[in-house]
Order: sequence, then structure tokens, then C-alpha cells
Amino acid sequence: MSAGVGVDLENLWIRFGDFVAVRDANVNIRGGDFFSFLGPSGCGKTTILRAVSGFLEPSQGNILIGGKNMKGVGPNKRPTALIFQNLALFPLMKVWENIAFSMEIKGASAGERRRRADELLEMIALEGQGDKLPSELSGGQRQRVAIARALCAEPHVLLLDEPLSALDLKLRQHMRTELREIQKRVGITFIYITHDQGEALTMSDSIAVMRAGVIDQIGDGKTIYNDPATPFAASFVGENNVFRGKVKQVSGDRVLVQSNRSGDLLARVSSANIGKMKEGDSAMIFIRPEAFQLARTGTEGDHYVSARVVNEEFEGNAFNIFMEGDGGKEIKVSLPNHGQSFDSHKGETMTLRYDVKNAVAMPAGVLATE
Amino acid sequence: MPRFLKDFLNRNGTGPGLAMLGLVLFWTVGLIILPQLSMLDFSFRPNLPPPELGGPKDLYTLENYKYLVYGPEGGSQAYNTVDLMVFFRTLVAAVCVTVFNLILCYPIAYYLGQTRGNHIRVLALLLIIPYWINEILRAFALRIIFGETGVLNTIFMGIGLFDAPFDFIRNDYALYAGLGYAYILLMIFPIYNVIESLDHNQIEAARDLGAPWWRIHWRVVIPYAKPGISSGCTMVFMLSAGALAAPQILGGPSSLWFTQLIYQQFNDSSDWPQGAAYAVVLLVTCVLLVLAVMRLFKVNMGDIGK
Repeated sequence: MSAGVGVDLENLWIRFGDFVAVRDANVNIRGGDFFSFLGPSGCGKTTILRAVSGFLEPSQGNILIGGKNMKGVGPNKRPTALIFQNLALFPLMKVWENIAFSMEIKGASAGERRRRADELLEMIALEGQGDKLPSELSGGQRQRVAIARALCAEPHVLLLDEPLSALDLKLRQHMRTELREIQKRVGITFIYITHDQGEALTMSDSIAVMRAGVIDQIGDGKTIYNDPATPFAASFVGENNVFRGKVKQVSGDRVLVQSNRSGDLLARVSSANIGKMKEGDSAMIFIRPEAFQLARTGTEGDHYVSARVVNEEFEGNAFNIFMEGDGGKEIKVSLPNHGQSFDSHKGETMTLRYDVKNAVAMPAGVLATE
Repeated sequence: MPRFLKDFLNRNGTGPGLAMLGLVLFWTVGLIILPQLSMLDFSFRPNLPPPELGGPKDLYTLENYKYLVYGPEGGSQAYNTVDLMVFFRTLVAAVCVTVFNLILCYPIAYYLGQTRGNHIRVLALLLIIPYWINEILRAFALRIIFGETGVLNTIFMGIGLFDAPFDFIRNDYALYAGLGYAYILLMIFPIYNVIESLDHNQIEAARDLGAPWWRIHWRVVIPYAKPGISSGCTMVFMLSAGALAAPQILGGPSSLWFTQLIYQQFNDSSDWPQGAAYAVVLLVTCVLLVLAVMRLFKVNMGDIGK
């Protein structure tokens, strides 16, 4: 199997009439990486994928695959293979013919094609199913056939357009592991498009978070989750509580924010925004539900929040408390269940504490809408 | 009562269901099967004056069929070469018209079916509107275009391509153009219908896997469109083999269409049994030909109804 090659997007713009689908994207994807574009629907991530696969010419900028500029190279001539959201298996061809379609184009004999298809069928654990039609397979099996069909073309880069979105939850989680394993085994570059942050976080070496045609942040999963660059990245990836306010004091990477509702809060400026926050600026602080601990009621200080409990729920692995927050949104607190007893505090005021390193501050901006 | 019938009546209500069923039965049995059976009956009877009908001479006979093969008894030739030639020429020409129509219509249907946008509706309308005009008027319009002093000859002589007017009609060009044009929609729409439902991702997937355009059509689009292609081809073939107006108006004086022979026997010679025999031969041959071609291309009867 061919080794993965890098993919570079240089100042990539894609416009449809007046609408800008992708705005000045600059991404360097390392060869052999599992790279995800993560964003809500309509953010331009599929447009990027279509441009990389060659179905769409960028309005401006370059796409380099393995260092070679792909301008004017058609989709059938690029070292990429695309897995469509609906898989697009050929319904009238048998499974093995589907898998070996790319070899048929190159003029391989039927025997040769069958052999290769059988090898790939074994790799995706579907031995002996080659003579079925795609419609006779289950959703997960079809999924794997689509992967095998794409891999059979020996691409240097595999492009996946939300291929798991049609599967049910259990299968989706199973396919995550499987995809990651296949990627490690074949060693080629995977570019994965998803709106599901769980998929992106569990599978990717690197993630680009996209919003309205703009790439907000590129980094590995931990960086994106723990050190978001923008309010959008902070609120789109995982659950997050936002506290709005004005910067009162900055010292190094620490910032004291006078919050609208919860008094003065101390937070860490996210890496991408160090030096960008001044006194008097509007700011946002993000604290994850799991970053809170219960404190003695009434404790005051710059890393304590007090609020009235409006709702509680038991989720199994955690006990969730919802408290009055600012902007009409509740503060969600998630306390891990390790066998302790939970008393209901509905209607009471409770106090929470957090570690300053777990509170991330940045200039105020657009949040992800739910 | 069989289950599908029960379901059908339950779904539509007994009254309306029975009415629909009755109309369909009347249509197929009363208007198609019974007249055809009576034609079949005619074809095996001698042509007798009315007083002798039902008399001792009114016996079943094969003479009408024999006539097509051997000609009149005591004729100068061993076989009825004139009529047989017309028969085979009609079939070959109908096949040619069908193939020509398919080649012409497949790209149009593909374009209509796989392109999105409002202009597609306009194009479809432009295809349909000419068919609001009566078939005979359309045939005469083509005569004006192809005639000796017609549009084409005027243009070609004007630009100096021809020295003398070319007789499109005597050479049957007008006839083939007319027949081809007459049934274009019956070819385009069944194919368009199927191709419209083809997921565009399949075409892109094939392209992404390296397929050139012709192979995408050969391996992905045409197999998918096969039901539409077969139903279009069947209709065009059957209708052009059975066409009468176009050959009457656009055919050259020396070239007869088999339907014209049938027409002559019914109307000019008042020989209904003979005409019926010719019509039966044409019908049966056409049906057999269609079934053979369907088997060759592995098309099921059920696909055609799609």
C-alpha cells in the first residue's frame, strides 16, 4: 500500500457567486495523519473536501498533494479517493466488482481483480461476501465495502465525507475504532469531515475547527478541547459554560474578569490570545462542566461561583446540576459518580470552585449555536 | 378473492375500486384484446361477399398468409417478393429509426436528468410544445422543409453546396427524419425518468476512482438506465413499425411502408381478411423481435413498467 503524502492548502478561497464558502484557508496536513475538519453543517468543510478531490476548482489559492500543485488535475487523475456521505456504492454491481472497479478501469483481468477484491474483503472482515449485491449487506458492512473500494484504488490520500453519519450510535462508535485501525494499517493520509466532535476527538491526529468558511483553530484533540482559540471552538467542541464580562486586570497569562453575574473571576488566557486582551475589553471565560467541584456554600473568591440550582439530573456516570447562569443559559456542572450520595439541592444556592488553569479566557466572540 | 385485490379494494373503497377495475378491464379486454381477436379471426377467413358470410364457403383457411409469402395463385413469381421486401424493409427501417433515436435521445435525457436548475424545465417544455401540433401537420411541415423547393434545398443551393435540388423525399431521408422526430419524446422521457433518480454521487464516485466519461456511462449510467432505455426502444420500434401518417406523407412514391399495404387492403381493395393477416404478421413479428432483443439484453418485462 502506498505511503501517505501531505496535503497543503495555501490561501484557499472558494466562492459561489457572492457567497464565500471557504475564506483564506491555510492548512498543512502531514503525510500519514488522520486529519479532521470539524464544524457545523454549512461551514464549508465539505467544500474543502470536494476541492481536494478535484470536483471543485478553488477560486483562489492552491491545493498541493505530496507537494504537487493540483490545479487543473481532474478528480480521476488525483491520488485521492473519496468516500461519500451516502457511500455511493454501485447498486447493480456485485460487492467484489464494486471494490475492484478502479482496477477494471486500469484494465486488470477479472481474475486479478477478484483476487485483490478478496484480499480487501478479508481485511474488512467480509470474506465470502463478494458475490452479494450492496443492497444485501447491512449498513456497517456497506460502510466497510466503500472503504475497501476506495483503498483498492491505492490512493495516497483518503477523503471521508461524514461516512458514519447514517449509522446508528453503537455502530458509529464501533466504526470509529475500526476506521482508526484501518488508517494505521494502511498508513495513508485520511482527511475526515465531520460535525461530530466525538468522532473528531477520538480518531484524529489533528483537527481543524471550521465556522462559516473560516478555520478557527488547528491542533490536536487535547489542544482543541483544553485550549480553544476562539469562543466558537470552545463552545462547539464539547460542552462548555460561558461567563461574559469585562477584563479588569491582566498579568501575564492570567486575567481577572468582572463577570456579569458571578463576580470577579480569575482565568487563564488561552494560548492563541495571549497579549490580545486589554483592560476594559469584553471577555468570555469558558469552564467545562467537569471542571467544577462543590465548595462550602457562601465561599467567596476569584475562583468561586455561586448560583441557584434550577435543575438536577442523574446521568449514570455523572450527576448533573444546572444553575442559573448569565444570558439565560444555565451553568452545567457535572460531578463524577464514584458512589457518593447526592442530596437534592433544587432551589438552593450552591457554591462551586474551579482551578484557574481549567478556566479559559479569550476576547468575546461568536458562540456555536446549538 | 386474492389478497392484492382485497388490498386494492380496501385502499380505494369498494365502489371506486370496482369502477377503476372495470374501466381498466374494459380498456384492455373490450378495446384491445377483443378487436385483436376478431382481427385474428378475420385473417383466417376467405374474402367473401356479404351474402356468403356464414355460408358453406366460409371456412377457416391459411390462404391470406400464403398470399404474403407466395403471392397470387398462378402469379408469375414463385414468391411474393414485392410485399416481402416491403415487410423486411419496414422492420429494418424501424430498427434503424429506433437505434438512431436512442443515440440522439440518450445524451439529451442524461443532460435533462442529471442537471439541476430551472432551465431544465424550460428545455423540457420546448421539447413538449411541438407535440401539441397534430401529427399530420408536423409531417407536412417536414415535407416543406425537405421538399424540392423546400427550406433545406434553398439553403444548400444558396450557399452553393448543391447544384441541383436534392430529392430528400424520393431518397427516404424525409421519411426517416419524420419517423425519428415523431417519437423522440417516447424515447427521451422514459430514459430521463430513470436517469433523474440516479444518485449523482455514483457518477462522481466512478470519476473519483479514475473512470473516463465513456466508462462511467458504460458501467454506471447505462446499466441503471436500462429499464428506461428498453421501454423507450420498445415504444419507438413498435410505433415506427406501425406508423402510417409519416410514410404516407413523407415516403417516396416508390417506397412503401408495410402499414400502407395493410391500409390498401382494408380500404382500397376492401379485402379485410387479407389486411388482417398482414396486420397479424406485423404485430406478431414485432412482438417476437422485441422479446428476443429483451432476452438478449437481459431485460425483464417488469423493468419496462418502471
